[in-house]
Amino acid sequence: MSQDGTPRVIQVQGVDKRYRLGQAGGATLSEDVGAWFARFRGRPDPRIPIGKEVDGQRVGTDFWALREISFDVHQGEMLGIIGRNGAGKSTLLKLLSRITLPTTGEIRMKGRMSSLLEVGTGFNPELTGRENIFLNGAILGMRKAEIEQKLDDIIAFSGIQHHIDSPVKRYSSGMKVRLGFSVAAHLEPEILVIDEVLAVGDTEFQRKCLGKMKDVSRAGRTILFVSHNMTAIASLCSRVIWLHDGRIRMSGPTNEVVRQYLSTYNEHGESRTWQLGEDAPGDDLVRLTGVTLERGDVTEVLTTATALRVRIRYHNLAIADNDLNISIHLYNGEDILVFVSGWRAADPNSPVASGPGSVWCDIPADLLSPGDYRVVVNFHRNAKVIFQVEETIAFELHDVKRNGAWFGKRRGVFSPQLVWGAEAS
Amino acid sequence: MEQHASVDWDIIIKPRQAWWKPDLREFWHYRDLLWLLVRRDLTAQYKQTILGPAWLVLQPLITTITYTVMFGLMARLPTGGIPAMLFYLSGIVPWTYFAGVVNKTSRTFVSNANVLTKVYFPRLIMPVSTTLSTLFSFLVQLGLLILIIGGHAFFADFHWTPSLNLVFLPVVILLMTLLGLGAGILVSAMSTKYRDLGFLVSFGVQLLMFASPVIFSPEMVSRNRTIEMIFNLNPMTPVINSMRTMFFGGALDWYGLGYAALASLVLLMTGLAVFQRVERSFADVV
Repeated sequence: MSQDGTPRVIQVQGVDKRYRLGQAGGATLSEDVGAWFARFRGRPDPRIPIGKEVDGQRVGTDFWALREISFDVHQGEMLGIIGRNGAGKSTLLKLLSRITLPTTGEIRMKGRMSSLLEVGTGFNPELTGRENIFLNGAILGMRKAEIEQKLDDIIAFSGIQHHIDSPVKRYSSGMKVRLGFSVAAHLEPEILVIDEVLAVGDTEFQRKCLGKMKDVSRAGRTILFVSHNMTAIASLCSRVIWLHDGRIRMSGPTNEVVRQYLSTYNEHGESRTWQLGEDAPGDDLVRLTGVTLERGDVTEVLTTATALRVRIRYHNLAIADNDLNISIHLYNGEDILVFVSGWRAADPNSPVASGPGSVWCDIPADLLSPGDYRVVVNFHRNAKVIFQVEETIAFELHDVKRNGAWFGKRRGVFSPQLVWGAEAS
Repeated sequence: MEQHASVDWDIIIKPRQAWWKPDLREFWHYRDLLWLLVRRDLTAQYKQTILGPAWLVLQPLITTITYTVMFGLMARLPTGGIPAMLFYLSGIVPWTYFAGVVNKTSRTFVSNANVLTKVYFPRLIMPVSTTLSTLFSFLVQLGLLILIIGGHAFFADFHWTPSLNLVFLPVVILLMTLLGLGAGILVSAMSTKYRDLGFLVSFGVQLLMFASPVIFSPEMVSRNRTIEMIFNLNPMTPVINSMRTMFFGGALDWYGLGYAALASLVLLMTGLAVFQRVERSFADVV
C-alpha cells in the first residue's frame, strides 16, 4: 500500500536495457561455430577485429537504450511517458509489454496486463472482420467467451457494421484501424499500456478513443500512455515521466513536466548553427548548417505585428541536387502543429548548386497568435523525407496593442488581420 | 523493500527466466487463441480456391498416382506384396504430415515477426497451432487412406484383414507429431540467426524422404548395408514401416519405434530449450 491508499500495481526497479550494436550474431553458421570452438579451447574469438579490446563481455559497441529506470505506478493512475525520438520510450514500452527482456533490473506487475503497440495486430486479410475480431482479441489475451459477449459492442463501436462479414483485405486502412481499436478498447485488463495508437483515424474517431480511455481509467484501471502529443498527454494523464537519453529526466505532475519538456526546445533561441563535418545533421549529399530568424532590429521585441523571415542554411556536398526540397513545421507552445510549408511548392525553379546555400521563408505579420513557437526543419528528396531536425530555433511572439482592438482571452491558433467591411442597407 | 513480501505480483519480468519450465498455466489461459489460430490456418488456407478443402485429398492422390506410374509400373520397384497404390499412399500420407509440420513450424519466427514484435503471448502457441492444423489435414488424409484400402478390399482382388496392431496407431501419430514439432521449433529458433537454415530445411526434408521407406520397401533397402544403416538412422523409417505393418500385416518393429521415441524426445527437448532462448531475444535481433 502506498501513502495515498491505492495499491501499487507496477513496480519498475533499476531497469537497464543494452543493445549490442553490430553484434547481432555471426554472418554464417561456420563463423559462429569457429568462434565457439575457439572460446572452447581458450583462444580469443577470431571474429574480434584486430586492435579491439578483448575483455570477455566488453567486445562490440554497447548501446544503453535505458539506464537505471525505476518508478512505481498505483492503481487507477494514468501515467504519461514523454521524450524525444530515441529517448528510450519505445524500449520501455517493449519491456513493459514483455516483448523484450531487461538487461538488468526487474519489472513487477499485478493483475492482467494488455499492451497496444499497434492496433489490429495479427489481422488476417483473408478472414472477415468478424473472424478477425476473435483472432485479434485472443492475441491480445481475451477469452473466446469474453469476445462473444462483447461482440455487438465491438462491432457497434467500430462503426463498420455493414462490412463486418467481408474479408479484411477489402477494408480501407481507416476501417482496419477502427476495427483494431474497437477490439482493443473492449479489452478489460487491469493494466493497459498504450503507444501512440491515437495518432491514427479521423478526428471524430480519435475523440471517441480518448473518451473510451478516460472511461477505462475511471473504472479504476491503470493506464500507461506513451505519446508525442502533448495535448493528449495533458488531457489524459495525471502524472508524467520524461525520458531523456535513456534516463528519467523528470517525473511529476503533468503540467510541470510538460512545461519543462517543451521549454527545452527553446535552448537555442532565435538562431542555431552547426559545423560542417562535425555536428551538421544530414546525409551524404546535403547537410543543415544553420537556422536563423531574421528581422530588421534585433533588439526590438517580437510581436504578432513583426514580419518574420526564417532562413535555412545548408551545404550541398553533391555537384547539383535539384531534387532537394526543404520544409518547415511550425509548432506552438501547446505543441500543436500550426502549419507546414515547403520551399519547392512556392519556388520550384531555383537551382541547388554545389557548396553552401540558403533558402528563406517569410511569415507575414498579423498572422500568428501571441505565444511560443518552435520550428522543425525537414529535408526531402524526390518527395521523401531524408532527415528531420527537431531542435532548431524557437521564439516568442508578444501581443501587440492595436487601435480599438480587443481580442479577449480566447484566441485561435491564428490571429490574422482579415478584411472586414460594413454596408448600410 | 519490506513491503514487497505482502504484494503477490502476477507478472515478474527479469533478465533471465528458466528455459526448462515453460509457463503451462499461461499457455492454458491462451487456449482459445490456440484454437482460433488452428481455425484460421484451416479456413484462410483454402479461401479463394475453387476446389477448397478438396485439395487436402487431391494432393496425396495425385502424388500417389504419379509414384505408382513412375516407380510401380515403369521402374517396377518391389512393394512388399502390397498393391503399389496402397503402398505409396500409405507412405505419402504420414510423410506429408511430418514434412508439413517441420516446414511450417520452422517458419514460426520468420513469418510471424510482425506479430511477435508487437504483442506478447506464449510463443509456443504459434508452432503448436500450426502442428494441430496440419494434424487435422493428416487425419483427413488418413481417412482417405482407409477408404481406399477398403475400396481395394471390396472391388479388387486384395484380401484385407485389419491387424490388431492398429490400436497403436495413436502412438505412432504422436511420435510423428513430436518428431516434426521438435525438429521444426529447433530450426525456427536457429533460423532467426542463420537465415540459410530456412532454405536448407524445405530442401533437406525433401531429400530426407529418399532415406525413408516412402518409395523404397524394406526388402529393397536391406540389399545394401550402408543404405540400410542410413535408412535406420532416420527416425521416420520405423514410423512409416509401423504404419504399413498396422494396415497390411506383419510384426511391429519395437526397437525401431523405441529409437524414434528417443529421437523425438531429444529433438523436442533441444527444440524447446533453443526456442525459449530465442523467443526472449528475438525482438532485439530483427
